[in-house]
Amino acid sequence: MSENGVLCGTFFMNGDVACAEGAISAGCRFFAGYPITPATEVAERMSERLPYVGGVYVQMEDEIASMNAVLGASWTGRKAMTATSGPGFSLMMENLGLGVMLETPCVLANVQRAGPSTGLPTLVGQGDMMQARWGSHGSYEIIALVPSSPQEMFDLTITAFNLSERYRVPVLMMSDEAVGHMSEKVVIPQIAPEELVNRRRPHGGQEQYLPYKPDEDLIPPMAIVGEGYRFHVTGLTHDERGYPAMTAEAQDQLVRRLADKIRLNKKDIIRYEEVEVEDAEVIVCAYGISARIARLAVRQARAEGMRAGLLQLITVWPFAEDRIRELAQQVKAFVVPEINYGQIVLEVERCAAGKANTLLVAHMGGSVHDPQTILQAIKEAVR
Amino acid sequence: MPKVKERDKSCDHLFASGHTACPGCGQSMAVRLVLRAAGRNVIVVNSTGCLEIFSSKFGESSWEVPYIHSLFENIAAVASGVESVLRATGRLDEVRVIAMSGDGSAADIGFGAISGMMERGHDVLYVCYDNEAYMNTGIQRSGCTPYYARTTTSPPGKVSQGNPRPKKDLPQIILAHGVPYVATASVGYINDLDKKVKRALSIRGPKYIQVHVPCPLGWGSDSSRTIDIARLAVNSGLFPLYEVDSGELNVRKIPKKVPVEEYLQLQVRFRHLFGSDGAREEVEQIQRVADENIEKYGLMSK
Repeated sequence: MSENGVLCGTFFMNGDVACAEGAISAGCRFFAGYPITPATEVAERMSERLPYVGGVYVQMEDEIASMNAVLGASWTGRKAMTATSGPGFSLMMENLGLGVMLETPCVLANVQRAGPSTGLPTLVGQGDMMQARWGSHGSYEIIALVPSSPQEMFDLTITAFNLSERYRVPVLMMSDEAVGHMSEKVVIPQIAPEELVNRRRPHGGQEQYLPYKPDEDLIPPMAIVGEGYRFHVTGLTHDERGYPAMTAEAQDQLVRRLADKIRLNKKDIIRYEEVEVEDAEVIVCAYGISARIARLAVRQARAEGMRAGLLQLITVWPFAEDRIRELAQQVKAFVVPEINYGQIVLEVERCAAGKANTLLVAHMGGSVHDPQTILQAIKEAVR
Repeated sequence: MPKVKERDKSCDHLFASGHTACPGCGQSMAVRLVLRAAGRNVIVVNSTGCLEIFSSKFGESSWEVPYIHSLFENIAAVASGVESVLRATGRLDEVRVIAMSGDGSAADIGFGAISGMMERGHDVLYVCYDNEAYMNTGIQRSGCTPYYARTTTSPPGKVSQGNPRPKKDLPQIILAHGVPYVATASVGYINDLDKKVKRALSIRGPKYIQVHVPCPLGWGSDSSRTIDIARLAVNSGLFPLYEVDSGELNVRKIPKKVPVEEYLQLQVRFRHLFGSDGAREEVEQIQRVADENIEKYGLMSK
């Protein structure tokens, strides 16, 4: 272990554990947890590791409490996170919205299992993708990342904290049971693979500080509670002082800014990976564990002489709409494998806007796609 | 739904054998005893947890009575709904509603719902099977985890000696709602448990029984000694058996006080308190909890 508490080296570890280690590397020093399969291992790892790096692990009485403890901790200046799965994710929704409204940096990992309801607690699903986008009430934008391997669980947890600190918004890690419980090689460097970002601090004196007065990039600097700055946060619609402002004008100004700080910066936020898309006439658009299976299907399609490519979404929210619009000009069709009955495919279809077909390869959950089903869809699409 | 196992029709078990509970599971024994005492005319509402998993796995069921699985936090509210309709349709004399959960559900995530059910006065018996941690997800601490127990989220090491907080006194919290019947029971004393379930079901209004059920897997105890261990918890004073029946306290006296070490040493979850770098202070603190219970409830004959 290095001085900063990062456990550097090469390990054989599962995705949940890698997520916890990624958080520690990112500087996370607060975790509020509640047991739920298949995310429990994140909490277990944090309960063991945080006391040794000056961090705090608190086990809360439910997921509502976990989410709120994370918000509270974040206001004290700590980087904070929680981890859960389907039912717990549902319980966190109201307070995810509070996090958005209060512009609170934090990370929420959802190791997805198959739902609805209790569903298949120990088996994989990707059914919460739209809930991630729209799960809390009101109009807002969110950032959601989708790891497809234990290594990405480590790397993207750091990215999640960085985006969260940069944009002052809760960031979702939309993992799944297959990735969370899969054990693979994970390389943990002593220095985090990307430079760590910390929330922007107030500039100027305490007298002038307005907690919700944004800088030019629409993001307000953030004071820490108890540090001397006047501190007033509320879930009510508020003005630049943070005080309730119950008017349509204040609502317009705030809600637009909360969304625009993400929308106008989407180029900086959106991440994806492309495999052989240059000459592709069919592109498989996939994420998470499904992207790894799609990769094999694309390789097989190429071997059989089809011009197939892969677009692996690393951020699902905000959605890579510009890139898909571009690709729609070039391809015959998009094939979208998902472990749900069609969620991200709707976004692909929206962006393709009739320029290219979209084919859903749905799997209801409990296991992952057979690569043959994706290959079959590629064949159908080139026909 | 096919039964787990073809059973002897003359057998009065309403909780069929063949389920997948671990060997020596205290909870599975307690469930069978509770149903035996309650009889056939009950509707069981059960929260997520070990019981749900081992009793109703993959298209099979151990339940010989109507059974509703809801989620983790909500059985008291679901039971409130069931009871309200039975009341409105005049059927409460025919059938009793029993809510069953573990300690995590009762003390933590479902606590608000229980409080609501008690305060509104629904005619429901709530049975909490207390094995002192979240066992279904793999042994994480709950509000009912006692002092210094090892769980996967209260690991002992250089920084701590296990769970640093005392067990939440749930029966007393329920009692503060002014309900007509609250009891503690143990799978180690089956006649006492039987009597308490029957008494509770003879009373109208909200009732609560917390049954102490050792978990060999979570506690790291010998699966053949579940009953012994349950009795040691009672006879050390760590889990006092009592009922408060319309305000009147009746306790089950301890014939001979057992030092807490005798109970703790049989469980791996307390092993770190013993051995070469033993934790004398922590064991003494646990002994004080037991002594305070003995004093508070008058568990020893004077």
